[in-house]
Amino acid sequence: MAVITYREALNQALVEEMERDERVFLMGEEVGKYDGAYKVSKGLLDHFGGNEWRVRDTPIAENGFAGMGVGAAMAGLRPIVEFMTFNFSLLAFDAVVNSAAKLYQMSGGQYNIPIVFRGPGGAALQLASQHSQVPDAWYSHVPGLKVVAPATPADAKGLLKSAVRDDDPVLVIEGELLYNIKGEVPDGEHLVPIGKADVKREGSDLTIVAHSKMVHQALQAAETLKKTHGLEAEVVDLRTLRPLDIDAVLASVRKTNRVVVVEEGWPFAGIGAQVADDVQREAFDSLDAPVARVSGLDVPMPYARNLEKQVFPEAAHVVRAAEHVCYLDED
Amino acid sequence: MATKSETRDEPGSQARADLLGLDDQELVRLLRLMMLGRRFEEKAAESYQVGKIGGFCHLYMGQEAVAVGTISPLRDDDYVITAYRDHVQALVRGIDPRAIMAELYGRVDGCSKGMGGSMHLFDRSLNFMGGHAIVGSHVPIAAGVGYAIRYRDEDRVCLCLFGDSVVNGGPFHEAFNMAAKFELPVVYVCENNDYGMGTDIHRVAAIENLADRACAYEGMASVTVNGMDVLAVRQATQEAIDRARKEHLPSLIEARCYRYMGHSMADPSHGTYRTRQEVEKHRQDDPILTFHKRLVIAGVITDEQYDEFDQEAIDRVEKAAEFADQSPKPEFDDIYAHVYSDAFPDIDRRDAWR
Repeated sequence: MAVITYREALNQALVEEMERDERVFLMGEEVGKYDGAYKVSKGLLDHFGGNEWRVRDTPIAENGFAGMGVGAAMAGLRPIVEFMTFNFSLLAFDAVVNSAAKLYQMSGGQYNIPIVFRGPGGAALQLASQHSQVPDAWYSHVPGLKVVAPATPADAKGLLKSAVRDDDPVLVIEGELLYNIKGEVPDGEHLVPIGKADVKREGSDLTIVAHSKMVHQALQAAETLKKTHGLEAEVVDLRTLRPLDIDAVLASVRKTNRVVVVEEGWPFAGIGAQVADDVQREAFDSLDAPVARVSGLDVPMPYARNLEKQVFPEAAHVVRAAEHVCYLDED
Repeated sequence: MATKSETRDEPGSQARADLLGLDDQELVRLLRLMMLGRRFEEKAAESYQVGKIGGFCHLYMGQEAVAVGTISPLRDDDYVITAYRDHVQALVRGIDPRAIMAELYGRVDGCSKGMGGSMHLFDRSLNFMGGHAIVGSHVPIAAGVGYAIRYRDEDRVCLCLFGDSVVNGGPFHEAFNMAAKFELPVVYVCENNDYGMGTDIHRVAAIENLADRACAYEGMASVTVNGMDVLAVRQATQEAIDRARKEHLPSLIEARCYRYMGHSMADPSHGTYRTRQEVEKHRQDDPILTFHKRLVIAGVITDEQYDEFDQEAIDRVEKAAEFADQSPKPEFDDIYAHVYSDAFPDIDRRDAWR
């Protein structure tokens, strides 16, 4: 097993899938000659002999090239559309939501849309409100779309490869702050199924549900809880947001009876709200405490570093929520 | 057809010469497609008024020459994509009128199984790609179809029809820029019927000739044609198709036409934004009426034959309506059948008390 970065894992997935299937191509801003704004597509254009049909640099026109991807998919190709960041995908919301997600049903099952929309989501460092937001809940709301948000290099590679092979539109929301993290990635063909959560840390005292970079905050919080309270937290990485593997969450909650849901995005109608809803409906009798949620604060992201740190959810917030569901914060 | 060519008189010969060299069979096909389109829309209006068709229903009366002139010269392996005023485009491409009417009625035998309705007609076997109802959204999609054609090094083309309002929106310009720069074989047809819903296009477009919008994109040819003249539309389209097929270059055809009805069945043909006199004036240029006269003068058909064609068109749409009426309504389970290619997850989990 090789230890590589999240960025390299995604790059491997792109190369492997484009080599495997000639119908697969990549397009987006700066993906070719520039090697990708975040270097995820580094070396790809050269690898495919400089063939710009396989690796297409587009103008800065998200609505246009996302729609173009949908058309290419309707005509039999399997496009991977890169958004330089998901913030810019808002300009393509119509292409993703009104076209990609709906064409299969509104054509009576004639035109499925095998397309991947990928790119980084979430805040980075002092990029202010227009470049620091989490699209996870927006897209997970939409029937017809699948949404994955990997936390580790292995999951990034395996989920991107599965997304390319999927016959429906899949959004792969990467973590801008995860590109440099390293992790073991299995050698050879490595696929992670869409729709399957993963227990990243086993425990019996409480369940922490997270995805993407919040998995790392959750794992950090779990270590703190062990040290300070002797608690064993189970960390369930959702990996896929739609379809949500709620059975994996329920199995954990039935064991631990307490749950904290962590997400980077805004709280209102967020991923945590959906998880809390499912848990209260299906595991009401297993709960020893109300579901606690940790999220970003309910504001556009401010620029000032000290304020940005306050808005962004961190391990300490997860620890506090965990103490609350374990009734350790009562005085 | 019935009139033998050797019996044609002098004015008839001249009229004949103006018919693009098309043979009688093809000329009659064009006429009959327009006639079928007109009768189909009349039946759709009637069915809408008695509540058999719901939702938005945008009718095509007056614009038949555009759909027929643009779609008729395509090969079977070419692609067609259009906006929400799509019944006649679907008919011309070859979708059975029964399947179109059944779709309008929301029935399982509809060409989109009752899931799309009037605005979302599809038939993959005919490369008829819809039926798109967000103004301008399918213009980039057409570019993507062109991209796939180039990607596979084929000589097919994609025909994309849209209304005049599209030329003021972002997707139009984004798609035109890429279609021109990447040399994509797309024939764009702007059906300029003067109005975006109830707004005169010239009240909101900072350009006189919409076709001139293409001049911003090097490699994109453009032309304005009389959209009430099926042969003028056909000729311009044929040239654009040849250009796309042989040189991989996109074109824009502005077809100036007119719709007789309101924007949809929800609004009257005239009133707040245009007068009855204006509508009547355009009806004098009716594409079916004028083409009928030309074919009679050229000796291609007789008035009696025209009446026969009309009766056949009426019979076909009546049968289509009967078929639609008898077609079953979709079952509840069909709701989940085509949301995803694989099984819909958690069907019963969040059922909201159905």
